[in-house]
Amino acid sequence: MTAKRYDAIVIGGGHNGLVTAAYLARAGRKTLVLEKRDLLGGAAVTEEVFPGFKYSVFSYVVSLLRPEIIRDLELPKHGLQILPLESTVTPMENGDYLGSWADPDESRRELMRHSPRDVEAIAQFGRLMHHMAMAVRPILGMVPPDPTSLAPSDLAGMLKLGGHFRSLGAERFHALYKLMTMSSADYLDEWFEFDTLKATKSASGIIGTFLGPRSPGTAYVLLHHYMGEIDGAFRAWGFQKGGTGGISEAIGNAARALGAEIRTGAAVEQVLVKDGRVTGVALASGEEIAAPIVASGLDPRQTFMRLVDPKQLPADLVEGVARFKFRGSSGKVNLALSGLPDLTCLPGVGPHLRGAISMSPSVDYLERAYDDAKYGNFSQHPYMDIVIPSMIDPDMAPPGKHVMSIFVQYAPYNLTGGWTDAKREAFGDAVVDTLAQRAPNLKSLILHRQVMTPADVERITGLSEGNIFGGELALNQLFFLRPVPEWAKYRTPIRGYWQCGAGTHPGGGIMGATGRLAALEILKGA
Amino acid sequence: MLKTTPFHPRTSTLIRAQTWRRWSGYQVASSYDPIHDREYASVRNSAALFDVSPLWKYLVTGPDAARLLDRIVTRDVTKCQVGQVLYTPWCDSGGKVIDDGTIARLDEGTFRLTSAEPNLRWLAMNAVGMSVQVEDVSERMGALALQGPLSRAILQQVSPADLAALKYFRLTQTTIRDIPVTISRTGYTGDLGYEIWVDSARAVPLWDALMEAGNGYGITPAGIWALDVARIEAGLVMLDVDYHSAHHALIEDQKSSPFELSLGWTVSLTKGAYNGRRALAAEKARGSVWGFVGLDVDWESLERLHAVHHLPPQLPTVAWRQSTPVYRNGKQIGYASSGCWSPLLKKYLALAHLQAPHFAPGTQVAMEVTVEHQRKQADAVVGKLPFFDPDRKRA
Repeated sequence: MTAKRYDAIVIGGGHNGLVTAAYLARAGRKTLVLEKRDLLGGAAVTEEVFPGFKYSVFSYVVSLLRPEIIRDLELPKHGLQILPLESTVTPMENGDYLGSWADPDESRRELMRHSPRDVEAIAQFGRLMHHMAMAVRPILGMVPPDPTSLAPSDLAGMLKLGGHFRSLGAERFHALYKLMTMSSADYLDEWFEFDTLKATKSASGIIGTFLGPRSPGTAYVLLHHYMGEIDGAFRAWGFQKGGTGGISEAIGNAARALGAEIRTGAAVEQVLVKDGRVTGVALASGEEIAAPIVASGLDPRQTFMRLVDPKQLPADLVEGVARFKFRGSSGKVNLALSGLPDLTCLPGVGPHLRGAISMSPSVDYLERAYDDAKYGNFSQHPYMDIVIPSMIDPDMAPPGKHVMSIFVQYAPYNLTGGWTDAKREAFGDAVVDTLAQRAPNLKSLILHRQVMTPADVERITGLSEGNIFGGELALNQLFFLRPVPEWAKYRTPIRGYWQCGAGTHPGGGIMGATGRLAALEILKGA
Repeated sequence: MLKTTPFHPRTSTLIRAQTWRRWSGYQVASSYDPIHDREYASVRNSAALFDVSPLWKYLVTGPDAARLLDRIVTRDVTKCQVGQVLYTPWCDSGGKVIDDGTIARLDEGTFRLTSAEPNLRWLAMNAVGMSVQVEDVSERMGALALQGPLSRAILQQVSPADLAALKYFRLTQTTIRDIPVTISRTGYTGDLGYEIWVDSARAVPLWDALMEAGNGYGITPAGIWALDVARIEAGLVMLDVDYHSAHHALIEDQKSSPFELSLGWTVSLTKGAYNGRRALAAEKARGSVWGFVGLDVDWESLERLHAVHHLPPQLPTVAWRQSTPVYRNGKQIGYASSGCWSPLLKKYLALAHLQAPHFAPGTQVAMEVTVEHQRKQADAVVGKLPFFDPDRKRA
């Protein structure tokens, strides 16, 4: 053991691990963060892969970063700067497009072109989602109570939860029940007639899951979209200046300012346990560092099956973790461009290039993309969520040049025959070819292409099966079931060993909530 | 009939929702897009281009030019070097602020004064017996403010001047694409930024040159809504919003001294005689009755006030300019004169006038907010201005 002692060690310098470390340091704990890579951020990193061009390699927009974390850690002082990402444009198969703009009046007029009925429906739909999001949102800030437990804290938690749901009233409660059980396509069918609108809305329900828009359970994720809007003024949704790595840096800076120590290039090989209690960690280098508290920001599989010996854990926990679904389903293509793409549906340079471009022309299109994946192939015509970060933050690329970030689904981790370099490039080709159908000049602009399959995500970040949420965000893996019943409160059976990654409630996305809740539990228990 | 600025041929084609506003009898853009968020963001992220032509501009020339200005304003103009710019208020004999603006020393005997209100008569009244000419060049000159972290990179594309060497509050007479201009490193945003002064006849080509050069740098034409947020973050006062001119105030209580506007740093008590000096010296000796400070309104307090109605906090979408009571322990101790949500700092900010002794930083106060038509009080803490002061502003 080295001489230096810490009160707590956080494994993994992803954004949740950093949040945990910052809160522990804020409470006066001598805290060390160990990150295996040479840069912080996990899946929230910015890298200059091609000279002069900065990619948000994996995660590319900020969603739902908790306001209390922004405040508590004074993140704006440490570099958080979220820029508006104002519009979404969906190119349609008939050559037209559906736009959603910063100005609600303009958006209404635009939708009116396609469906006057849906204009009315979308306002009422928005109101319903607002109320449901208001009721569900407190869950993001609470440690999940165990509904089968009679412990006072669990009962109080359930009571609080019941109170939130009761405030909905009968009609909205029924809507919530539907939202929890239906597919996003079916749910949206009850409201809207315009297919492209339904497809674009339902896309948010499938991100990061191995499900299609017609799979039951996908409707619930629609709600997450509206939760960000509740904190409207906070504008927790948008593009971080400098790419998502800028958020990790800001949280890292905050943690350091609060006294935490951060070491990069320090891969943890093993968590050291003695008599059922954590004693520290051993690095890949052989170095051992002692601490009475160790929090793992890695996903449940890494946390329970690799870092510790599963033999030391109860069998039902090991079984639960083994069954916990990762099945990464998305990939990422980052492009360096010599100019701007010209969309056939909206030619020229315009405000649409400063927002998201959604390749979701119809629900059938999305479902077909899923069909490919179901049988072990990547989608020939995938769903894509595209942004051009250099249009929002000019520092992302040299003047006049651009970077394009393409989130792609589906790219199954378990590709038939496995991922190879050739298959990675074929996947990249499918993405570029599909997009080039809507932006014919795209191929001539490409200076550099980076393709990330789920296998690459796993290899680089360590996220099992390349799941960007640290485990699938499906209803059966949320709340008191995340990652495993009875172990959803950040604790583990090993005393002093904690979970703080996105594999715990309330899950992934650059939210920071798991990191914060874990830290608060650790401080309560320590 | 409102006047239009020399940049109107360009700004009028960009203003999508016709959101014009009045400024000194000119029409200028509140914002070019229906929503100003992106225009504001460009101030802190890339570069915003503001048309500030409605500022009043006076050319003060002659052997007594420095003497005239020195006897009017509170700062020591005799120390202003050629190529330097001073920000300063000026007062009446009672030491109450008439106006505030900048004095640029173009050469030994030539100054350009900018102001929010017309000041020709005041200048003439103070120039009796002096060898000095004052010319109103407001209409002859257009002015643009290019503000934001990439403003220097943009200007450097089109100007031969060494802008990296141009210090904060210094100016250079140079060209932009062969158009003669004065570039001063000044602005109203608290960020790295420049103001560009040009002959009105060359205004449109100047606009085009900047827009073209800024294309790869995210240059964004921006209006007063965006400017208002930036200037509140920077803690900069605005005439007729945060204070009233001593020449227009109907009653004594409507006037403010420089000390009462957090502008004590501009008051020289060592230089020669000037308007208001005696009153200012006396005020400094006895202490000011009012202080001008920043308020950071507590978000959780806003959440609590709105949660009663099952609502998330509702904030104005543009900076507000209504006088708003501020309390301490239930008793009114002052008022906020402007405020806004800061998208950068993620805080609800206000600029406030508070009575002694309540303006010490860290003082817990409460600001009136209207929640569902009811007057409530949100917790706030007194802070020093500016709220935002990046190194790049001076670096």
